[in-house]
Amino acid sequence: MLIKKVVFMGGALAAAAILALAQTPAYRAPRLPDGKPDLNGIWQTMNEANYDLEGHTARAAMALRPGPYGPVPAAPVLALGAVGAVPPSMGVVEGGEIPYKPEALAQKKDNQEHWLDRDPEIKCYLPGVPRATYMPQPFRIFENATQIFINYQFAGAVRNIYMKDPGPAPVDSWMGQSVGHWEGDTLVVDVTGFNDSTWFDRAGDYHTDALHVVERYTRTSPDVISYEATITDPNVFTRPWKISMPLYRRQEKNEQLLEFKCTEFVEELMYGQWRKNPLPR
Amino acid sequence: MRSRIAVCLGLPALAALLISTVPAVAQNSNESGKKYSPPRMPDGHPDLQGTYDLATITPVERAQGTPLVLTKEQALKQETQRAGQRERADAPLDANRSAPPKGGDGSVGAAGNVGGYNYGWLDPGSTFTVVNGEKRASLIVDPADGRVPPMTDEARKRTRAFNARPTSDAQESSDPGLERAPGAYDDPERRPLGERCMLGFGSTSGPPALPDYFYNNLHQIVQTPDSILILTEMVHDARTVRMNAQHLPKSFRLWLGDSVGHWEGDTLVVDTTNFTDKTRFRGSTEDLHVIERFTRVDDKSLLYQFTIDDPATWTKPWTGEYTWPATNQHIYEYACHEANYALTDILKGARLREKEQAGRATK
Repeated sequence: MLIKKVVFMGGALAAAAILALAQTPAYRAPRLPDGKPDLNGIWQTMNEANYDLEGHTARAAMALRPGPYGPVPAAPVLALGAVGAVPPSMGVVEGGEIPYKPEALAQKKDNQEHWLDRDPEIKCYLPGVPRATYMPQPFRIFENATQIFINYQFAGAVRNIYMKDPGPAPVDSWMGQSVGHWEGDTLVVDVTGFNDSTWFDRAGDYHTDALHVVERYTRTSPDVISYEATITDPNVFTRPWKISMPLYRRQEKNEQLLEFKCTEFVEELMYGQWRKNPLPR
Repeated sequence: MRSRIAVCLGLPALAALLISTVPAVAQNSNESGKKYSPPRMPDGHPDLQGTYDLATITPVERAQGTPLVLTKEQALKQETQRAGQRERADAPLDANRSAPPKGGDGSVGAAGNVGGYNYGWLDPGSTFTVVNGEKRASLIVDPADGRVPPMTDEARKRTRAFNARPTSDAQESSDPGLERAPGAYDDPERRPLGERCMLGFGSTSGPPALPDYFYNNLHQIVQTPDSILILTEMVHDARTVRMNAQHLPKSFRLWLGDSVGHWEGDTLVVDTTNFTDKTRFRGSTEDLHVIERFTRVDDKSLLYQFTIDDPATWTKPWTGEYTWPATNQHIYEYACHEANYALTDILKGARLREKEQAGRATK
């Protein structure tokens, strides 16, 4: 009887312990003087999302062509060798696959085949949202009681996060119009007013100007922000879908955003043929 | 006794602080002469945040021998003239007008030749900048004649050699000048920086951040204790001022330079070096050194002061100042490069013209 009681109590204790583990108090982020979590700093993802949001095994190159025994790198990227290969990834899409409509999936595949001509990243165009987040370069969040602003190193892209909704975006833009609010300790940013010209990655994943992105930024440890983006575009997808990934604080003591004015870097690509004396290609 | 010593020690320190907080040229006080107490950030420093419209008709330099301060009547007369010009330029066009003459109407500037912009697109400012309650005839206050000091002999030689190379201060309308320079259409690198979407024209991003006298004059400041962001509307150029930090090693060269800042009393002082040799503000070298001072002078404006030093370019440093009035306008995306069909067409047009000229020569 006694033994039975102990066992019973033990079971209850174990259950309580499990419950306690599951309910470990959430991480409490450092605060700004107004009590909001402090998101200031230089952050960067560490993943392969910009290559392909979906899970994938490694590929020889981003641009491929048929070879005698399977795809090989296409001629324009051949010289890059292993540098031009696509690293593998478990993917960042919740549920694994992007829920394309059948005709939109065909378009995505066509985009992928014409990656060199169509990916806006190649021409240094503004990356859009959420792609700006997982470009393989850092970005800085500026935050205080009245303003939140994100400055991305890639192409010097910028986003002013309106904390007071200014109403519908009067014009479409590459980076969209961002309106933020706090849900508890999570910064929620509602992004609308996109044009149809940005992509989600180098795999041809795309959207139309009906794109609507809702981002959630939650600090989960001293050096990590949990980032989620819910993507809606009824022209392209059968339902909203979500990506999630950690944003890591850059740890280097001397870390800072530097200039990446890639406009200059793509002039030869975009205008070189119109030089008076074009360089040999 | 103890407290008296503290007072004794405190006074010189306070005096030093007061002296250091008084901007070099304009006094940080409003018209009634009372020292203005700015709203503050949680760290105690003045809140410089906001969106500012830098448009003004006050030029960088003023005519030789004219005073810095315009009389109220002089200012009003010129401002009224400008308003009239604007109204006429904004008037609807005659729908039955004939085509512009072949080759343009002979005028220079963006709205000249065959026509670039309707005036409605432009926002060149309509009033003189007001500093210390004075309508100013030039941004430059030092030298006292309101003129950029003479260039050094070395700089004159250098700029002759590179006569047609773009500079960060070039205006949109300076294009016809470049057209006459040999080779101005040979390569994209020879085109004005604004045309290439490298930087906004007219040194709008700076530093020094100048009014561009054309359009897109908004700037936004976002302030945190260790980093202050200065966003320029044109070409979405964002400059981060790192507070109390060391400059980057000299091998790091940036189009906008490397900006570090500190507070002198209630004035933000920003020191910028490490420019590229392609920025070439008014023909300067990469050793250009710009010191900017931002002071909130009332709830609606900042006083912006800049000192330019480059001994290899000018015989002495020079300083300008103007007021940045706050605005409730929103900054929209300035995606320049993304729709820069013009640069292709400009270069392609030049190749086509060469082909036509070659064809004529062989006939």
